[in-house]
Amino acid sequence: MQMHEERIYLDNSASTRVDERVVEAMKPYMLDTYAVATSDFAYTMGIEAKEALKEAREKIAEKLNADSEELIFTSGATESSNLALKGVMEKSNGDHIVISKIEDFPVLKSAQKLEKKGYEVTYLDVDEEGFVDMEQLKDSIKEDTALVSVQHANQEIGTVQNIEEISKICEEEGVLYHTDATHTFGRLPLDVEKLPIDLITLASHTIHGPKGIGALYIRDGTELQKQMDGGFQENNLRAGVENIPGAVGFAKAVELIDEEENERLKQMRDSLIEGIMSEIPHTVLNGPEEKRTPQNANITFQYVEGESITLHLDMRGIAVSTGSACFSKSLEASHVILGIGGDHERAHGSLRFTFGRFNDQEEVDKVIEETSEVIEKLREISPLGEGEEV
Amino acid sequence: MGMPYNEKVIEYFQNPKNVGEMEDPDAYAKEGSPACGDMVALYLKVDEETHEIKDIKFKSYGCASNIATGSIITEMAKGKTIEEAKEIGWEDAAEELGGLPDLKTHCSVLAVDSLREAIRNYEERHGIGEEERETTEEVVEERLKHVMNPMKGQDVMKTELINDVKVEEGKTVTVEVDLESDHQFASAIEEDIIEKLEPRWDVEEVKVVFSEG
Repeated sequence: MQMHEERIYLDNSASTRVDERVVEAMKPYMLDTYAVATSDFAYTMGIEAKEALKEAREKIAEKLNADSEELIFTSGATESSNLALKGVMEKSNGDHIVISKIEDFPVLKSAQKLEKKGYEVTYLDVDEEGFVDMEQLKDSIKEDTALVSVQHANQEIGTVQNIEEISKICEEEGVLYHTDATHTFGRLPLDVEKLPIDLITLASHTIHGPKGIGALYIRDGTELQKQMDGGFQENNLRAGVENIPGAVGFAKAVELIDEEENERLKQMRDSLIEGIMSEIPHTVLNGPEEKRTPQNANITFQYVEGESITLHLDMRGIAVSTGSACFSKSLEASHVILGIGGDHERAHGSLRFTFGRFNDQEEVDKVIEETSEVIEKLREISPLGEGEEV
Repeated sequence: MGMPYNEKVIEYFQNPKNVGEMEDPDAYAKEGSPACGDMVALYLKVDEETHEIKDIKFKSYGCASNIATGSIITEMAKGKTIEEAKEIGWEDAAEELGGLPDLKTHCSVLAVDSLREAIRNYEERHGIGEEERETTEEVVEERLKHVMNPMKGQDVMKTELINDVKVEEGKTVTVEVDLESDHQFASAIEEDIIEKLEPRWDVEEVKVVFSEG
């Protein structure tokens, strides 16, 4: 249990350490109030469970400035995005959907599955910083377009899309807009009163909440086809016994996030980027300098391969991820780095550092130092180098 | 621990042996490409009389499996004759390392290929073994199996990237590639093809032709 004291964990966009206060908030709903959420006319424990679920829903909805009835709990961001895309398309008369080509897998694979079933999918290009082009978006929307799904921010390179403009375009064109906010909810402002967004995927485990719980914001009046059949839970849109400890933990995690923390993450991010780019030659920042999530830094180290870097760093107690094919189970290079026009080499040599509540500046300094050593070591044995071919 | 690599692999990954380049090698080979995420360069010094590998150096751009295999094969090959060294397979290298993850076979095969290619390069330069063997279309196709298709991570023959191969009088070799010349990998593939064919004792010129838009 003491392991995390010695390790530096910078893969917080993959998942985070659950905050102890979240665990404490969840405990009573596993040990004492463990009943399912019943109707008001059943037994006391069930009513208490129902109250807890209601309260959790309200807290999370409040953060979005939404009505609590517009929020349903799911098993996580993956299920939320699956339900949003498949649910909307199956209910809608339109058979065309627009997504960006750098969406995370839940949206990307759901769209591909829909494509196989006969729906038409447009994959929007992104520029070299990962931004969707508004003109291309407008041009892609047709008479039979039912849904646009463009993420709030990117999972790998942190690019924050202009969702103000995107949501406005969708509203004007009369199509539904879904955004995957897995990497922004809690970290960046998101207000459904201000922005005409119809569906939002929300995650808990990226903000020090538990895994196995997520939510989907569904604007009042938006029609969805239920995907998980069974009971009538979650407004009859998602069957299954409610994960009440999860929902309570998720709500607690949302409550614990504040502006100050996000500012602190941003400072660590900038310090890391600045430190690495100034100390290590032949590095490229992936994603924009300004409009990126506070927790994300992504840098390519030329002439070296990502799996080797991450393995060396792991042996030094540092956990980060890479877009290299060799790192992944699928042996495929990052579709995001390729999507922003990077070549395979840029993907293979890319590292993603993502910050969370439990990181500090001391760790940032250590990571810069260790990364610098590892890159130097690997470049010594690399046959590639500046302007030379073997 | 959950680490996919055993201690020996990690040891070679952290402290690879025989790393470096050679000023004036008797033979060298470069296998793989940065686009595929793995590349090995290997250099040999060979005794002209005994054909014994006197010195061997390698450099690697790749994952742990690639680096460790590159290191172990250089140790295994050093002191052997080129005939003996040719027999070293990736299974031998993997066994010597105490096993490698299945998923990483490709990376270690590449390292072993680089040794075989360097030996072949030596033989071609010295007209050994191949002396009698003329460069025919068949031989060219054989050689093209060592040119990577970076889009697929497999060779250009297997991935059907080659439209046609011609060997003409005076030994001009023409290879038609099923790619447009402005494709992002066109020049890398062209370079690789030339590198594999030009050292042949009877080849005068290598032409790589790309398809038109």
